[in-house]
Amino acid sequence: MQRKRSYNFYRLLDALVPLLAVIAALAVGAIILLLQDVSPATAYSEMITGAFTNKNGLADTFVKAIPLLLVALGVAIAFRGGVINIGAEGQLIVGALLTTYVGLQLGDRLPGPIVILICLIAGTLMGGFWAAIPGYLKARLGVNEILTTIMMNQIAIQIAFFLLRGPMIDPAEVEAGTNIPHSARLSQSIDLPRFTDIAQWLGLDKSAEDLGLTGFVAELYGLLVEPTRLHSGLIIAIVMAILVYIFLWRTTIGYRIRAVGQNQSASRYAGINVQRYIVLSMTLGGMFAGLAGAIEILGLHHRMFEPTAVSAGYGFSGIVVALFGSLHPLGIIPSAILFGGLLVGGDKMQRAVQVPQVLITIILGMVVLFVVSADIWVRRRATRRVSVEEPPPASSTAEATS
Amino acid sequence: MNENLTILAILLGIIHSGIRLATPYLYASLGEMFGQRSGVLNLGVEGMMLIGSFIGFFAVFQTGNPWLGFLAAAIAGALMGLLMALVSVTFKAEQGISGIGLSLFGLGVSSLLFKTMLGTVEGVDGFSELDFCLSSLGINSSFCLSQIPVAGDIVFSHSIMTYIAYALVPIAAWILSRTTWGLKIKAVGQNPEAADSLGVSVSAVRYFTVTLGGLMAGIAGASLSISLLGIFQENMTNGIGFIAVALVYFGGWSPWGVLVGALLFSTVNALQLWVQVLDLNIPSDVAVMLPYLLTIIALALPIRRAAQPAALTKPFTRGEN
Repeated sequence: MQRKRSYNFYRLLDALVPLLAVIAALAVGAIILLLQDVSPATAYSEMITGAFTNKNGLADTFVKAIPLLLVALGVAIAFRGGVINIGAEGQLIVGALLTTYVGLQLGDRLPGPIVILICLIAGTLMGGFWAAIPGYLKARLGVNEILTTIMMNQIAIQIAFFLLRGPMIDPAEVEAGTNIPHSARLSQSIDLPRFTDIAQWLGLDKSAEDLGLTGFVAELYGLLVEPTRLHSGLIIAIVMAILVYIFLWRTTIGYRIRAVGQNQSASRYAGINVQRYIVLSMTLGGMFAGLAGAIEILGLHHRMFEPTAVSAGYGFSGIVVALFGSLHPLGIIPSAILFGGLLVGGDKMQRAVQVPQVLITIILGMVVLFVVSADIWVRRRATRRVSVEEPPPASSTAEATS
Repeated sequence: MNENLTILAILLGIIHSGIRLATPYLYASLGEMFGQRSGVLNLGVEGMMLIGSFIGFFAVFQTGNPWLGFLAAAIAGALMGLLMALVSVTFKAEQGISGIGLSLFGLGVSSLLFKTMLGTVEGVDGFSELDFCLSSLGINSSFCLSQIPVAGDIVFSHSIMTYIAYALVPIAAWILSRTTWGLKIKAVGQNPEAADSLGVSVSAVRYFTVTLGGLMAGIAGASLSISLLGIFQENMTNGIGFIAVALVYFGGWSPWGVLVGALLFSTVNALQLWVQVLDLNIPSDVAVMLPYLLTIIALALPIRRAAQPAALTKPFTRGEN
């Protein structure tokens, strides 16, 4: 009994590692702030109030959390399958590109919801295709996927610029002679509904004051009904996280992906086609990044422009989100919201106390370093647990039979 | 006739730029090669280069002495290397991901320092082009090596940092194949258990190579900011660090292979720049894409290449395997 409690205690401690990593990273950030003669308390409170305490800040936080969540899901699937996908940036860009193209072509020719669906699928498939190339090269030829995905990022950026300067450029830009590389705005009929639109359909037209709400509850309510940038991509992203959880832990294919990620030779002995599953986990990862791109276009930007501004570093911050969520789809949901808030808060902090926003990049980098470094203690305890024959986690017995 | 001369001039221009542009790749890739030979894949090169690039630039900006910039960049890069070694050797962290973390960290730190210490893009003189003249040897002659027809100007009109980069190729090859240190590095990367049982400290060797790699990456960054361009911009490496890692794979973990890869890559890059200068009928975006496409193709080509170090990316724990 005593042993069981300590076992659970350590499992809890292991789960807290990412949180400790963030705290440590924020502490280093505080030192940097002090070096700049800025009070860390002021800076961080600006960050938190800016990102989490009012409806506009919250809306921005969730808007950023959407692509972070989707990209992180993709990264997590790939990691679980034993491949490292650094190419979400490029996969997001090509997904956004194809979504824009299909959206421009179909426009008003079909009912809005159908076009939206087609666009989302197109972006998803494109992202998957972009990731399948490094996946195939890895599985068949043993080419390091980290390097190829990074190269594919650069290629995606250049393709986007090429298309946006030529075939896909907004005709209005050509007419005006400014030639800024962006596409025309997509038809409004294929904008993803915003939360405020949904509230109107549902007949929620009372304001927070009418209902007598005050304080944070009023802000939360306002987030749902008042016009903010928050769009229904958030719902898609959260549903996807749940689906990925079911897929990875409740289906045979998901089980095999994780098996290949854990131990390739054992999987091969068990009759799993390892090469196929490497390509599959890479492709699935890319599909989520592509979906993120599609949703950014339909829900937020409504046109394609400078590719690096569309991807906005999500391909890399998504890795941080995935790690912080312990590569678990359900852990990634709060993780994405936290880091979305960090990105938004960094912006507010820059305006309030004149600390460059790149401080957030430093913090992101340190979170990664701390999480992967702290892993040694988690693993060390895991081996110790095995050696004293602790009960295995309940889920693994279920896996053995599936 | 005249047209032929122009084409010749352009070709020479491309080769000249190619030799020049290979500089940062050579420093970074040679350093990375030592790390990988000992079993550590350091993907933080990009961040290390950015730090070196800024620190080197800032030192020159303050003192006007390019050698101080060179030194400062080397030290800053080495410190970053030490950090990578701590994470990947002592903490045995997953190397691919920790490298990305380090790259983010370097990007953030260099941008923050740039914004708070400089604010705007400034220029420095840095290293100037260096010619080898007989007069400097005390010989009474005005002859300089760059006056050698055709090849002279291509080879002998670069900055000292470029010459050093090329000189490091045979030195690296010599260290790897002819010295005890090289032997230890290879042993640790190929079979750490055996090396360990013979009394070689796997950790010490890896700490050394990864720190050396950081030092070289720092210098690589500085070669951009104080030698090739004379300015510092945020994120100015723009992926060079990752390509440097790819070049090590491409070069089959040998210094000469790295040299071939770096030259090939930088020449395609130079070609791409000239395509833009000459306003040829090729979209510049497609041209910019070429080097990356080439790298993927080169990595995928089924040519017989040396196998990668057996223990690459595998942390070593005594008595575990």
